[in-house]
Order: sequence, then C-alpha cells, then structure tokens
Amino acid sequence: MSEGIPLFPLSFEVNGRAVELEIEPQESLAEVLRNRLNLTGTKVSCEVQVCGACTVLVDGLPVSACTFLAYEARNKKVLTIEGLAAPDGTLHPLQQAFVDESAFQCGFCTPGMILAARALLEERPLPTEEEIRASMDGNICRCTGYLPIVHAIQKAAQALRSRS
Amino acid sequence: MMPLRRFRIHQPGTIAEAAEMLAHFGESGRLYAGGTELLLAMKHDVLRFEHLVDVKTVPGLAGIEANGGWLRIGGVATHRSIEISPVVRQRLPLFAEMEAKVANGRVRATGTLAGNLCFAEPHSDPATLLLALEARVRVEGRSGPRTLTIQELIPGAYQTSLASDEILTAVEIPLPKNGQRASYLKFQVHERPTLGLALVMETQDRGQAIATARVAVGCVCPFPRRSRQAESLLVGDRPQVERNLSQAAEVLADEADLIDDLEGGADYKRHLISVFLKRAFACAFPGR
Ligand SMILES: Cc1cc2nc3c(=O)[nH]c(=O)nc-3n(C[C@H](O)[C@H](O)[C@H](O)COP(=O)(O)OP(=O)(O)OC[C@H]3O[C@@H](n4cnc5c(N)ncnc54)[C@H](O)[C@@H]3O)c2cc1C
Ligand code: FES
Ligand code: FES
Repeated sequence: MSEGIPLFPLSFEVNGRAVELEIEPQESLAEVLRNRLNLTGTKVSCEVQVCGACTVLVDGLPVSACTFLAYEARNKKVLTIEGLAAPDGTLHPLQQAFVDESAFQCGFCTPGMILAARALLEERPLPTEEEIRASMDGNICRCTGYLPIVHAIQKAAQALRSRS
Repeated sequence: MMPLRRFRIHQPGTIAEAAEMLAHFGESGRLYAGGTELLLAMKHDVLRFEHLVDVKTVPGLAGIEANGGWLRIGGVATHRSIEISPVVRQRLPLFAEMEAKVANGRVRATGTLAGNLCFAEPHSDPATLLLALEARVRVEGRSGPRTLTIQELIPGAYQTSLASDEILTAVEIPLPKNGQRASYLKFQVHERPTLGLALVMETQDRGQAIATARVAVGCVCPFPRRSRQAESLLVGDRPQVERNLSQAAEVLADEADLIDDLEGGADYKRHLISVFLKRAFACAFPGR
C-alpha cells in the first residue's frame, strides 16, 4: 500500500451495480475495472487516448479508461461492454449487428467500438454515414477496414428503431 | 499497463483555496483539469507531481454565456460542452465548429479549453482561432485577478505567462458584429493538426470591401502567430484582396517562424499556408 498517501473512497455504479472501493488516486479507470473488478472486456492498447480500445461510457459519454482516473468516476454511472447484453444473455442490437456484419476479426477494438457506437446512437438514433465516420474517427481498427463497422452501426440503428 | 506514479488529489472549494494550495505545493504540485495532457506527460515521466489540485471541484467555473458583447466560457468548460452549447452554436458557430473537430470524442468529453491553452502545446486549434478573434483570458491567483490577451498568455511552445498559483477562470471572446466574415480551417493527418489557419474580417458593402482583417496560423510554428503586414494586404476591395492572397500567405509564412518536424518541413508548411489562406478566404464568402 502507498506510504503516507491516503486511499480514496470511491463509490460509483458499474453496469447498474453499486460499487464501493478504496483506490489510490493515480489508478486509471481501466486498472480498476480490469484488476479490481475483473471486467477484462475493457481493452488497453495505446494508453495515450488515441486508439479507443479502452472506451467506456461514463454517464453516457465515451472516455479513454486508459487515462481517465477512476477518481473521476465517483458518484457516476460507468458502462462497460459487460453491461450491454440483457440479463438473460441476449446480445444488444449493436453486438448482434457486429456479429452479423463480421465487423471484427481479432476483436481487440470491438468493445471500444461498440461503446463508442452506443454513445453515438444515444445522441443520434439514425446517424448518416458521414456522422458515423466522424464520430467513430477516434477508434482504430487494424483488421476490418472499417466498412463492416459502419454497416453494423447502420444496421443496429435500424434494429433499435424498430424495437422502440 | 503504463501506471502513473503515485500522487495525491486535492479538492479546493474556491479559486483562492486552489491558489493557496498551488503556492504551498510549489514545484511538486500542479493544477489538474481533464488530465488529457497532464496525465499523459506524467505517464511518460516527462513531468512529475506529487500533488494534483483538481480545479473542477471549484463550483461555478463550467458556465458558458453571452453577455455585453462577449461570449464567456468558464475555466473548466470541456470541448464537448462548448461544441454542443446552444449559446456558442447560435452566437459564434465558427467556434463550436472548430471545437467539434478538436481531438476525438473521448478527449473532448474530458479535456477543457483552459487546459488546452494552459498546456500551450503548439498543435492547438483553439489558440489559433482565439488569437484571430482577439479573445482574452481572465486569470486569478494570490495577487488578484488579471486579464491577458492570447499573445500575452502564450509566449512560446509549452510556455504560458501564468504564475504557478494562477488559474485561468474564463476565456472571453468578442461576439461578432454584423458584417463579420470568418473561417477556421485545419489540415490534419495525425492525432494533432499539421496546420491551423484562422481568418477574421470585418466587411462593408455586403462583403464587397474588407475594412479590417486578422489572420493567424498555428501548429506550423512554436505558438500561434498573426502578421500585421499580411493583414494589411487583406484590406480593401474584395477583388484586390483576392489578388493579394498569395503575397499575404508569403508574408505570413515569413513571419511565422515555421519549423521542420514530423508533420513536415518548413517549405511544405509554407505551401500549406498558401493553399489554406485561399481556401479560408473562399470559405468566408460562401456561394459568392
Ligand atoms: C489524442 C489527443 C488528440 C488531441 N488532438 C487535438 C487537436 O486536434 N486539436 C487541439 O487543439 N488539441 C488536441 N489535443 C489537446 C487537447 O485539446 C487537450 O489535451 C485538452 O484540451 C487539455 O485539457 P485538460 O483539461 O485535459 O488539461 P489538463 O491535462 O488537465 O491540464 C493541462 C495543463 O493545463 C493546466 N491547466 C488546466 N486547467 C487550467 C486552468 N483553468 N488554469 C491554469 N492552468 C490550467 C494544467 O496545470 C496542465 O499544466 C489532443 C489531445 C490528445 C490526448
Ligand atoms: S488504450 Fe486508451 S485510447 Fe488507446
Ligand atoms: S478487429 Fe482487430 S483491431 Fe479491430
């Protein structure tokens, strides 16, 4: 434990569940999610807020969990990829569309892609292709060539619309 | 993972308390806002601090309002809050459009305008546009409040004229008058822009004549620059100004202290300035 540095009491909500932890102030949200809460769906790659693999939603907004301090999540709601499917395991329409459109290969970028897309669809339920491209600009995929990802987001938008 | 060294976070309740904390910690402390620059530099061990003073716990610094001819953006307003602010979109849409293209959505959700200016990273979009808009910043430290222009705030790359206990509390931008034509363009292939160019003109006779012009470039040089000589070439009848654009771009490039770096050589940047000044001029007069 840290010598002389007091732990910070952190209460927040992760995927709908209340969580209380004592953290060290310098811990990133990705460290807390992966190492303390075992939520390893959040991936870490570049660590400098460029690639988007670590994207999670905090109060609905995408953040880079690699750099965002867990301290900043206090009293907020965090959504990770583990929290997206229904409790019975039914995939969220975005997850299903990524499967259907083969929008991933190695899958390392996928949790971040899906959460970034989820934030977009919350704000713009039927985005144009241009809006999808602009909004997903900060998420890098080294496998798919992006087109299947754009198609999956369009498909999920349609599915979500017919669902509501 | 690339862990951060240990530090403490402090939560001031007022500007005065934040200034006291910064003065007390001296070299071992730093103001912390979104952390999008600071934490990266600390991860790479370029900067080391044992104490971070979280400016966001001071209430009342996130507001955005238009008042008495000025748009006032609070010292902890994030890029995203500015981008989506109805006041900014209505009263100074150019600024909202520029903000919407800063970094990526995650950096915009946490990074602040003040943090961008106070880190004085040379590849800043807002600093260049604010320079051309003749914005000012309000700062406050133990010795009281003062007001600075953008030139005064940013005298060099990664340098500001703020004392270590001073906090930027607001950015204030003059609201455009009728007849203002302005544009901001950037050229970007990497994470940060290669060039930013802002052009702000006061026009008369329905845009046929340009009464005053301000032009600034950034990213191609250590800190954003204006050129009075280039600006004087951009005043007069529009067709004449259009003929002057190449020469104005040359003068602007001469005065900008262009640098060779990974984004390209100084010659390449000179070329970009010429192309983008013409484009910025065309954008300021859409559908002519
Ligand atoms: C991947 C990436 C891409 C980017 N792309 C762009 C881009 O395209 N264009 C662009 O312009 N910028 C870009 N940026 C920079 C981005 O705009 C800044 O990182 C952000 O605005 C910094 O704000 P912050 O609140 O996170 O500052 P912090 O990191 O918290 O602080 C930065 C510095 O400012 C000081 N500071 C913060 N707030 C204040 C205050 N109120 N008063 C006094 N000092 C203060 C801190 O002490 C620190 O030294 C990019 C950054 C990243 C990581
Ligand atoms: S790991 Fe966080 S953005 Fe790349
Ligand atoms: S699926 Fe491999 S990086 Fe996107």
